[in-house]
Parts: sequence; C-alpha cells; structure tokens
Amino acid sequence: MAEIAEEGGGGHGKGKKRAKKGSARIDMTPMVDLAFLLLTFFVLTSTFSKPKTMEINYPAKPDPKDVTKPPEVKNGITFILTKNNRIFYYKGEFILPNDAKGRPATQLTETDFSTNGMHKLITELNKSAIDEIAQLEQKFKKKEIPDSTFKRLTMEAKGKKEALTVLIKTDDQATYKNFIDVVDELNISMVGKYVTVDMMPQEYELLKQKL
Amino acid sequence: MHKGSPSLDMTPMVDLAFLLVTFFMLTASFREAEPVTIDPPASHSDKLLPENYIIVDVDALGRPFFGISNPEAREKTLDRMCQKYNVQLTDKQKKTFMGMSVFGVDVKDLPKYLSLQENERAKFKPQNGIPNDSLTPQLKEWILYAAQEANAVYLKAKEEAKSKGQEFKMEKPRYAIKSDQKTKYISVKKVIDTFTDIKIYRFNLITSLEGGSKKE
Repeated sequence: MAEIAEEGGGGHGKGKKRAKKGSARIDMTPMVDLAFLLLTFFVLTSTFSKPKTMEINYPAKPDPKDVTKPPEVKNGITFILTKNNRIFYYKGEFILPNDAKGRPATQLTETDFSTNGMHKLITELNKSAIDEIAQLEQKFKKKEIPDSTFKRLTMEAKGKKEALTVLIKTDDQATYKNFIDVVDELNISMVGKYVTVDMMPQEYELLKQKL
Repeated sequence: MHKGSPSLDMTPMVDLAFLLVTFFMLTASFREAEPVTIDPPASHSDKLLPENYIIVDVDALGRPFFGISNPEAREKTLDRMCQKYNVQLTDKQKKTFMGMSVFGVDVKDLPKYLSLQENERAKFKPQNGIPNDSLTPQLKEWILYAAQEANAVYLKAKEEAKSKGQEFKMEKPRYAIKSDQKTKYISVKKVIDTFTDIKIYRFNLITSLEGGSKKE
C-alpha cells in the first residue's frame, strides 16, 4: 500500500534527531482500511429502490336492489388467463351457440404476452383513444393547453364510447404475474376502462375445450 | 528523484472515501426481516409506494401476511385485536410487534411467536398466514381495525396541524397488496374480496420496475 506518512526529517543524513515540530504525522493506513471496508459494505448492502406500485380500482359488489342497466359496451374485449402463461380472448359480448339472432357463437382465440401478441391487439383496438391522447400530448408540449386540462381531456378520451373496454377473467390456475402483465399492458396502451370479473360457466366450458 | 515506493498523497481519496461512507451510513435503512421472500412481478409503472399504508402480502403459496406502516395505528390495532380474541401480551412482546414488518400467524399464536428470537421466527411452524375464512375472519378484522385506526390517526394529525397553523404533510392511508409472481391469482383475489367486503376498492399493487424498460 502506498505510504502516507513520509519518513520524518528525511534527507538530513546523520543529523541530530530533532524533535518533531508542528504537524505530527499519524499513520492513517488502518483508518483508511476501515473506511473502505465500511464503504464497500454500505455500497453493497444499500438498496435505494422504494417499491413501485400500480394503482388499481376494483368494482364494488353489485347491489341486488340496483336495477340500472349496465352501460352498453361498443368496443369490448375479454381476456381469459389460464395456466402455463396462456391467454385467450374474444371480442364483443359472449354469444352462446344457437343464438336467437343467428350470430356466430363466440370462439376463443389464443394470443401471448409478446409485443406482437396482446400489445398489438390492444393498440389496434384502442387506436382512437391512443391517437387522441397523442394529439393532446402534442398540444400540451406546445403549451396550448395547461396540464389540468390535459389531464382531464386524457381521462375523457379514455372514457369515450369508442375507447376500448377490457374485461379480465382468470381461472384458478392463472398466476398473479400474468394478471399484472395484462394490467400493465393496458396502462401502456391508454386503456382507461378495464375490470376484473369472475368467469362465466359457459366461458369456462369453452376454455376447457381449448386446453 | 524518489526511488522504490513513490509516496502518494492519499488525502483527497480518503476524504472522498469518508464522504461516501458517511453518505451511505446516513441514507441506509435496513430492510426489516420478512417472514417470507416475495418476488413481485415487473411492471412499467413508476409510481412509488405511499408513506402511509396498510399492506397485505400474499406469498407464493397464497398465505396472507399483514402489516401497517404507521406505528400509532399499529399499536392501537394490535390492542383491539388482542382485546377481541382475549390475548394477553407483555410489554416486551408488544415492543417486538412494533418492530416487525409483516406477520402471518393466528392472533392466538402471537404471544408465542413474539417471544421467539428474530431468526427463529421465520421457522415458526403454525405460520400459515393469517386465518381468513368465514369462521375466523381475522384478516378482515385486522384490515378493518387498521383502516379505522389509520384514518383516525390521519384525521387527528390533520386537526392538530390545522389548529397550530402548520402545513399538513401526512398522506392518507392507502392499501397495498404485495404478491409473488408465482402466486395464483385466485389467492390474491381472495384477499381483494376481503378488502371489497369492507368497502375498500382502491389498491396499490406492488411491482418491481421492469429493467431498462421504455414506453413502447
């Protein structure tokens, strides 16, 4: 290790040993050793990250006395999560086989958590809201609208009828990670209306056929 | 010219080293030992966990654990639960409880659990999470009492700040759920249903930040 304390009074040959004056030099090596030891310890053990969180709202339990009709959903999609990180979806409302109006029965389509899977699907369906928010963002950047208006308009754009509404359903095998992945994807894709609900028995039947 | 070992002036380096040591020592906060390790899933969310929270951890096996951040509310909640279940705690056990992060035992086992040394607590056997069924809805009671107490503490602090004309900084209590990647969603759902039963609908789900991610 490099020395800190130089030999006191060096270079005088065999001169008399003089009493040291002024700055007394202390060998700082042990102290420095200790300092670095502590430094290394704290650097390695400290964690700066406070946990990140995702805010989410859950619906209240439906009141049996409440008879208001559920709002009409124009642009809806239902994701069904199941074991082995598999995910299925169908668009629109669930139609049973032999529908009275002659509509084709609902089929589940499989997708995945990659960029080409769920992300692409959601961004396509929610295009109107994403475009609108992008425009708002530009206006906001040019300082045409204040941030409070920007926030309000963004919320409104997410809540419009054309904007995507997502239902998330899980069976008993789906993991929490998959659920967070879906919610995260929805947040990225500016989907403001999403809710987790229980699966209907008919959907479960359909899912069982696919597995 | 010097030969052999050239002596270096290390003073600036030592200065810096001590500066860093001081900084890390002062900023470091030791993580409290948790009874279970939970590895939360990653997300793109960059919101931080609020200061004032009531938390339920759900581990990979689906066992619920419970914790409150505010010390005052924590103490009062403990008192109410002990009263309800007729559990007697010594002052020392109470103190241990105050220093813990989350716990997952039946309230009747609390005295035994709190008497253990810190490193023994993780091995405590009947640690099956807090009972949460219709017969012993302890988790629900913990949450309910904690929510009431935390809100009371919040309102009291608000009143106090108002009467003294000080700036009020405390955050409203929030409800956090921390769960492992591998946890079955259905066990998390059960905890969420417990919350919605007592009319709490808004949660902070704890995630870790996705490494080096950008908005796509």
